[in-house]
Amino acid sequence: MSLGSVPLKYKISIDRDQCMKCMRCVDNCSYGVYRIEDDKIIIDSRKCTACHRCISMCPRDAIMLQERPVDYRSHPLWTTEAREDVINQARSGKIILSGMGNAVDYPIIFDRLVLDACQVTNPSIDPLREPMELRTYIGKKPAKLDFTMKDGDVELKTKLAPNLKLDTPIMIGHMSYGAISLNAQLSLAKAVAKTGTFMGTGEGGMHEAIYPYQDHTIVQIASGRFGVDIDYLERGAAIEIKVGQGAKPGIGGHLPGEKVCADVSCTRMIPLGSDAISPAPHHDIYSIEDLAQLVRSLKEATNWEKPVFVKIAAVHNVAAIAAGIARSSADAVVIDGFKGGTGAAPKVFRDNVGIPIEAAVAAVDQKLNDQGIRNEVSIIASGGLRNSGDLAKSIALGADAVYIGTASLIALGCRVCGSCYRGLCPWGIATQRPELVERIDSDVGSENVANLIRGWTLELSELMGAAGLNSIESLRGNRERLRGYMLDEGLLDVLKIESVGA
Amino acid sequence: MEPVVIDAKGVHYTPLNKQIRAAIASGVKEIVLNNVLGQRFIGNGLRGDAKITINGVPGGDLGMFMSGPECEVFGDAEHAPGNTMDKGSLVIHGSAGDAVAHSMRGGKVFVEGNIGYRGGIHMKEYEGKRPILVVGGTSHAFLGEYMAGGLILVLGIGHEPAVQDRGIGSGIHGGEIVIRGDVSDRLLGVGAKKVEFTDEDLQRLTPVIEEFCGRFDIDPSPFLNMDYSRIIPASSRPFAGKYTWE
Repeated sequence: MSLGSVPLKYKISIDRDQCMKCMRCVDNCSYGVYRIEDDKIIIDSRKCTACHRCISMCPRDAIMLQERPVDYRSHPLWTTEAREDVINQARSGKIILSGMGNAVDYPIIFDRLVLDACQVTNPSIDPLREPMELRTYIGKKPAKLDFTMKDGDVELKTKLAPNLKLDTPIMIGHMSYGAISLNAQLSLAKAVAKTGTFMGTGEGGMHEAIYPYQDHTIVQIASGRFGVDIDYLERGAAIEIKVGQGAKPGIGGHLPGEKVCADVSCTRMIPLGSDAISPAPHHDIYSIEDLAQLVRSLKEATNWEKPVFVKIAAVHNVAAIAAGIARSSADAVVIDGFKGGTGAAPKVFRDNVGIPIEAAVAAVDQKLNDQGIRNEVSIIASGGLRNSGDLAKSIALGADAVYIGTASLIALGCRVCGSCYRGLCPWGIATQRPELVERIDSDVGSENVANLIRGWTLELSELMGAAGLNSIESLRGNRERLRGYMLDEGLLDVLKIESVGA
Repeated sequence: MEPVVIDAKGVHYTPLNKQIRAAIASGVKEIVLNNVLGQRFIGNGLRGDAKITINGVPGGDLGMFMSGPECEVFGDAEHAPGNTMDKGSLVIHGSAGDAVAHSMRGGKVFVEGNIGYRGGIHMKEYEGKRPILVVGGTSHAFLGEYMAGGLILVLGIGHEPAVQDRGIGSGIHGGEIVIRGDVSDRLLGVGAKKVEFTDEDLQRLTPVIEEFCGRFDIDPSPFLNMDYSRIIPASSRPFAGKYTWE
């Protein structure tokens, strides 16, 4: 028996009095919601993904979107989504694929943390007239320094490990060319070059258009080894081994053949139209010793001149895993929380696997401190950071810097519709269709992304100044500057913070 | 130019590899390493056309990211020789460990003896670059797993059948695995299928067989008059039907 159709997810309506039939909605919608029949705009709401492209382009604000216009019988357990997922799988027998980050209504720990500010006893600092030190170095720090004295001159004897120098502790995480368009990646690359920071290339090689900005890139080596050769490794300012991703811990990735166009094929070095399959594990890493071997192999290949990061998903034993990484010769550990975004992930993973970044960063920072090896690696936090408040809290919980992903895409137009895996992104971000990709002008796009980074950087300075801190080092791991609001005792203990009022 | 001879006895891999790098940078075309015992990453990321002779047993990741040179090993090799190798060749007069030629993109890896598990895993090809792994002996399980391109040839000298471990070509979505003699269907991994080995296939592989045998002083003629099993992907899109949209 047919299951029939499920109700509309979104209903689009046009205020026909306002509409001047400019047809921009028709031109802009890549999902085919609008068509013209007999000089009338006809709407097929079922195709809508709520990407807002039409709404943002409508000069008359004539388009209205309503989410879930049809009610089900309300039920606290059998939500609309629960029911519709069952129907979908009863029809298909397949794994449900989803886009963007975790969409379950878990409590957001960031929103239960509050920052401190000075009042009477310690004066706050005004960043307008006092220098605020936000420069951040990512990489190993020596446990101690040895000097030689010669004729009154002091010289450093300790050999320093290579570090990345960031003007602001905000980097852009790894989104590969293939997952996102070249114009999107180019916008991000220009933005980090302008703001003195770095971006990840993702696993997909480096397109030659990015070469001018390669000194601001972190090249990624993941289990598929796509686009990885010695030239690629030498181009990056740093190298990152991707072990896991917050949106889908424990599984690999499949770039569908539809997205492997000529340029993507060339950059990844795989045949046109073939699936690019990244296996779940690296098949040369089956143990912590093997990880150390890959880290050192990358260092040998690049003459020990580049920092090597290891990125893992935040999972239950993240602290112990990070402690292993800190002993592998790696220079930084990237921890990706379970709210991190993705172009495509099985929904059951996106919504159920992994732990929040706040708890993971705090646990890792604490473990490394307890073991006296915190100086061996920098900690980079990522996975669902929305604003400078989340940034400041991450650093106070122990991060050296953060990666942003979704936020930087929103700066390029993304409205978090979560349909990235469709390859039809009307904003020209998660697509390889030339007519959509050209909707992004990388000069304009990069300015928007750079503005976001600048805005957060200014706000971070203000937050630090208000707390009486003039250097990012004084905020890092400074739990005293945080209080938990309505967090339970167990979590307060993990975060190593006090409750509000304490 | 005289070959540069380096005694690797008791030398850690980093200074050893630095010496190799420095020699190649100064234009040396031939390097002989004696008393090698477990030093990792030899030939790692090297470019050019130098020849490195390794007397002893090199450690893991021999020739990783290598792009051009040849390493000839008189001894066994460890874990993942030819890992993510781009160009050049490894000739191993002995056996090798697991993940031989892992993600290799181009060049040749010749192993006279046996290889461990996951040999040729995720090898891939692109345009003119087609990696080749030839094994004189046998292979353990998961040969050519996730393979995306290139050629794996197993001669199985001294082994009947040539391969008897399972999971051959599991998840294969490109390239081909050729094994001497018949391969039982139960040894094939998910996504792999056996097809007829034709005369054209043999003609195509003849230069590879001859080159391999030439490197190890083996008479190639029996292998040019022999039946093989050819294993290829059942689909280039093994995961295409696995997902439904949210």
